[in-house]
Amino acid sequence: MTSQIHTGQTIIDPPEDGHFRNGTASNGLAPSPTTLSLHLTINGRDHALEIEPRVTLLDALRERLHLTGTKKGCDQGQCGACTVHVNGERVLACLTLAAQVEGREITTIEGLAGEDGTLNAVQAAFLEQDAFQCGYCTPGQIMSAVACIREGHAGSDKEIREYMAGNLCRCGAYPNIVAAVRQAAQELRT
Amino acid sequence: MRDFSYLRADSIEAARNAAALPGAMLLAGGTTLVDLAKCGVAEPATVIDISHIEGLSAIDVTADRAIIGALARMSHIADNPQVKSLFPAVSEALWQAASAQLRNMATIGGNLMQRTRCPYFRDPANFHACNKRAPGSGCSAIGGVTRGHAVLGVSEACIATYPGDLAVALVAFDAEVDLGERKLKVEDFFLAPGATAEQEHDIRPGEVITAIEIPGSAAARRSTYIKVRDRQSYEFAAASAAVGLELEGDGRTIRDIRVALGGVATKPWRARAVEDALKGKALDGDIVRKASELAMEGAVHHGANQYKIALAPRVIARAILKLGETA
Repeated sequence: MTSQIHTGQTIIDPPEDGHFRNGTASNGLAPSPTTLSLHLTINGRDHALEIEPRVTLLDALRERLHLTGTKKGCDQGQCGACTVHVNGERVLACLTLAAQVEGREITTIEGLAGEDGTLNAVQAAFLEQDAFQCGYCTPGQIMSAVACIREGHAGSDKEIREYMAGNLCRCGAYPNIVAAVRQAAQELRT
Repeated sequence: MRDFSYLRADSIEAARNAAALPGAMLLAGGTTLVDLAKCGVAEPATVIDISHIEGLSAIDVTADRAIIGALARMSHIADNPQVKSLFPAVSEALWQAASAQLRNMATIGGNLMQRTRCPYFRDPANFHACNKRAPGSGCSAIGGVTRGHAVLGVSEACIATYPGDLAVALVAFDAEVDLGERKLKVEDFFLAPGATAEQEHDIRPGEVITAIEIPGSAAARRSTYIKVRDRQSYEFAAASAAVGLELEGDGRTIRDIRVALGGVATKPWRARAVEDALKGKALDGDIVRKASELAMEGAVHHGANQYKIALAPRVIARAILKLGETA
């Protein structure tokens, strides 16, 4: 099979094989980026978006869908403030392209509480243990903690500290964060 | 970040075809590519998303060998019970790398394509000179702040440290990378800078990593990965060692030993001089510590990274002696 570059709506031959999800037009050797039509499933709801390929999931959530619970901290994969779940696993929205998660289930902090507003056990434990100060890292901490417990990596304080290391807290609320994760893990186990 | 075209490949063949396009770069977990695109280091014309290709993420482990699909993610390999029991150094290298979120994203194929964390490489806006980014432009690190830079495998063109952990364990146990048309040793897949710092991997346009294969061995079964760093977690290695050990029936003579280093070299670094010095010798603290120093033969420092020359042999010796205690 040879690759050929076309102008028009497809870049790679043969598109009829269905090998590519191609949302772009091209103009010869330098395909020009255009917008993609995407459908994202976020907190169980379908959202249609027209975005440039370079838009991250984080920017799509915050700037396009106005789901601002997910925070932008470093925007380079070093702080964990943008932690969301994709197919139930915690990932960083700042290093994920929105286009990449089409067809996958995305959960943000807004999707954690029950329909009636009942808090998730981790959210309740963060309140009870006062596991924050300024609160900016908290949505990421909570999303990370929910997954940490689900993964089975909250068995001891040492393990919690290791597996929550990807979420930085500039206020230094770490002792209370560990206490909240420990409490929620115990509650969810019983 | 410069914009790009986005293509989603749903088969290896499609990915190979697309990877040959000018300016095309493959996207798997995105933890390197999206990061470097934001820094202005990577400027793909087209991003080929291979993360939706099915059948490339299997983790198939027997006592003879592990075959790990290129799209298997770091977290899944680290937690795999057979990897933990038959290749403990591989699991330990993985869970001590990055963070839980990044390990859920990053694939084993992408992990091999991880670029250096040299701050000069990552900052084109402030540092024009970088032979890795712009061949022939010079090296901003030489004469700069070098605390994290390499002491082994360096050249006048580049002293950037290979930052990864997994590949260090892979090199210790003679793992191979499967590129479809050809297979090569992971050790040979990584290239020291020499005069061509821009070439970090032996991979050609149109090639796609499909799997990693690790031969099983007694040394792999009795192995560990020790990582020393500035903070206890979520940090790159100041020095790390992947070590495997097999003893004779007497329980103290070394039959086989594997030693590879991270955090101190321009590529995942196999320390064969240490291995050769210890094979057939008794597992003894003084002998091990003396042999471990051989790993630093030919080391070149640039000031602030001199401490690595003292640190790395101690990490190796600690790893070997720790394995000796876990008979």
